Amino acid sequence: MSRDYVPPETLQQEAPESPGPKRKETDLWRLARYAALRLLALFLAAVVGVYLMILIANMGGYVDEIRRAEITMNVAEMTRGPEFAELPEEQRRERRDALIAQEVERLGLDQPFVLRSIYSLRDALTLDLGRSENMTSDAGSRHVRHIILERLPPSLFLFLSAQLIMFFLALFIALALSRQYGSTLDKIMVALAPTSAAPSWFYGIFLILIFAALLGVLPFGRMVAAPPPGETWAYALSVLRHLVLPVSAIVLGGLFLSIYNWRTYFLIYSSEDYVEMAKAKGLSGRKIERRYILRPTLPPIITSFMLSIITVWMGQIVLEEIFNWPGLGRLLYQAIGLYDTPVIIGLVVIYAYLLGVTVFLLDFIYALVDPRVKVGSEGGQT
Amino acid sequence: MHALKRRLNELKEYPSAVVGLIIIGLLIVLSIYAVISIPYAEAVRLWRGGEGVWIENPRNVPPALVNMLPGVDRPETMILSSQDQPELKEREQISEDVTEFVISMPFTYEYGEFPRELSAFFSADYEDTRPFIEVSWIKPDGEEIELMDGNVTDRTSYRISQDRGLQRSLDGLRPQIGLFARDLEADPPQVQTGEYELRISGYLFEEDASFSAELINYGQVHGLAGTDHRRRDISIALLWGTPIALSFGFLAAVGSTIITMVLAAVGVWYSRWVDGIIQKLTEVSLILNPLVVLVMVGTLYSRSIWVMLGVIIVLNIFSGAIKIYRSLFMQIKQAPYVEAARSYGARNLRIVFRYLIPRAVPVLVPQFVTLIPALVFLEATLALLGLGDPVLPTWGKVLEDAQANGALYLGYYYWVLSPSILLILTGLGFSMLGFALDRILNPRLRGM
Repeated sequence: MSRDYVPPETLQQEAPESPGPKRKETDLWRLARYAALRLLALFLAAVVGVYLMILIANMGGYVDEIRRAEITMNVAEMTRGPEFAELPEEQRRERRDALIAQEVERLGLDQPFVLRSIYSLRDALTLDLGRSENMTSDAGSRHVRHIILERLPPSLFLFLSAQLIMFFLALFIALALSRQYGSTLDKIMVALAPTSAAPSWFYGIFLILIFAALLGVLPFGRMVAAPPPGETWAYALSVLRHLVLPVSAIVLGGLFLSIYNWRTYFLIYSSEDYVEMAKAKGLSGRKIERRYILRPTLPPIITSFMLSIITVWMGQIVLEEIFNWPGLGRLLYQAIGLYDTPVIIGLVVIYAYLLGVTVFLLDFIYALVDPRVKVGSEGGQT
Repeated sequence: MHALKRRLNELKEYPSAVVGLIIIGLLIVLSIYAVISIPYAEAVRLWRGGEGVWIENPRNVPPALVNMLPGVDRPETMILSSQDQPELKEREQISEDVTEFVISMPFTYEYGEFPRELSAFFSADYEDTRPFIEVSWIKPDGEEIELMDGNVTDRTSYRISQDRGLQRSLDGLRPQIGLFARDLEADPPQVQTGEYELRISGYLFEEDASFSAELINYGQVHGLAGTDHRRRDISIALLWGTPIALSFGFLAAVGSTIITMVLAAVGVWYSRWVDGIIQKLTEVSLILNPLVVLVMVGTLYSRSIWVMLGVIIVLNIFSGAIKIYRSLFMQIKQAPYVEAARSYGARNLRIVFRYLIPRAVPVLVPQFVTLIPALVFLEATLALLGLGDPVLPTWGKVLEDAQANGALYLGYYYWVLSPSILLILTGLGFSMLGFALDRILNPRLRGM
């Protein structure tokens, strides 16, 4: 009846190669073509994603209305000063209109929104981040690049250390648990997994309550003590003290679920027949773990590691707000509050590129670590 | 479906699932109670109400439960009204128009701690000439302190605890402490327990004029959940936050899981360009950070909970879950019974809805249950960023108020703790059930 039905397997096998003499193309050529196509697809996704963000950040042009109203208000405020009071009404209105027109032109509001959205897409994709509209970096620069670069170190410092601690801790604990499956400790960890339903800011509030408010041993928030200590080592020590609570909050928020997931993964793989076979051959536990359990679970481990590293870029808005941490998440939040679209788009486009590159790299890393995956043959692996 | 039911019966063997179900049950009971006891319009009115609605509540005090702690004896709010005890009102006609009156308002104070605030409200009914009053305070040991004198209008508030002159005459002690202290020199001051009296004497200058007074000794504790910076009873938000959180989480989870599932099934069945588009959209949505989009929508467009709900559903449709369903449907598509259905001539949509989707329901159920707490917390996250619904009382908005007013710095722990406990209970309840369901319904996890 439904003649158009094609089983997915045959469809996928035919798709990458067309029949004919070209079938004998070398692996390298196929690899290059696959890489090019994949890059193109990811780039297109990035273009669409970034353009959507531009549309949302401008509310489809609605933000322009807000900006115009703001300009009119600011100019009205400016022209209320004494130097304008002496001018006749006619002249004052002229001055005012001129100032409004000047500001409208500076922000490019005199051009239609569709055109400007295309320009900002072009600028964003070429990483020409431009100048912010309202925000300045602490050093006083209006370049989006400088504003972002200023917030990058605190963000990297906090989230990278938290992600690394969480990742390795979860992996090692999970491996240890899968060795002693069914023990009391194992059961406790499984029972703790649902606690990850709460986000890290939630644990942040509790940690502040216990360690800052009740015990008074750690600071409430901020990155360094105020005023910042002069000597380098004292400064570093102060930053470390301020780092403890936010890092613990992030780790607490995700650790137990992570442990549970890895543990289940390891258990599934250690019940495979070839593991039984290796046991029967008398291989040591460590060797089995390394060869037959860790090896096949390597691709998901790498994926989750790389994806967790990119999340560092977006930061965590609420966590940074609660801890007063000057990271990228807060920057984004402030930018949204100030309708500063260049900053928003700058952050978003870099994220899109980071994500695209990571996904692209993952395809190849998969092929390197997992012999079952062949680059270029469209498996379902993503 | 029978198999599903049989498997759900296994839930009883998982203690965490039982605990989770009990928590969810309690939350549902609480929601029903909230909706019945306080009608929606009333809840909104109370929560948005200012001083007018909440004038009789103290500001920022913990729940009455703290009095259970050893060594804590905090006063509750006392409201005395001259209209309640008309026998304590003396009137004497002096001339044709002028009436002299004395109102005494006695009360017993037996608490170990001082009140939080002290206010008196006078109301008078007159045509042209305002009544004149003198107010004095009589302590249990007989000492009499002049508080104020003057003319009163139809509604005069006298904030005793903010009376600077009175404070000076009380050796600089805040009036709510000085007026109750045994010894003004003592450090720290001790409460003098016993019979107090607020005495108001005055003159009415018209024949039909009348006067009444109200004294409020604001307590140091209030109700089940305490009060916030606007004197509001937090229990209203806690109570009404429950049905809002549950229905928000449930609707968003239902909306996104069902649409995701249908799209995945349709994509897999029709393959070709339909599947291609869905796959591409999934890649695009990876770039859109949901929270960032929501913050933008909230800041720039609307903070209404319904708009947020819609945006969350749309963002969730093309999330990572669609890939899980896709690979699942890929397998189901190959199953012999689907082949059979096709050979007897079932139409495409019939196959999608009657043959593919029902088989994926067991995988959907745990996904769905674990999605709910994530969405409940998402709502709280938005509220914490000041993007909560402008009208509704929710747990997240209580947390936001607490955070914005430095509750943790100032030691108002109850303000943070009560909404947090409800949030984590909801989170734990659903995710404990979800984890158990996952282990029962997901064949690869059986017995692990």
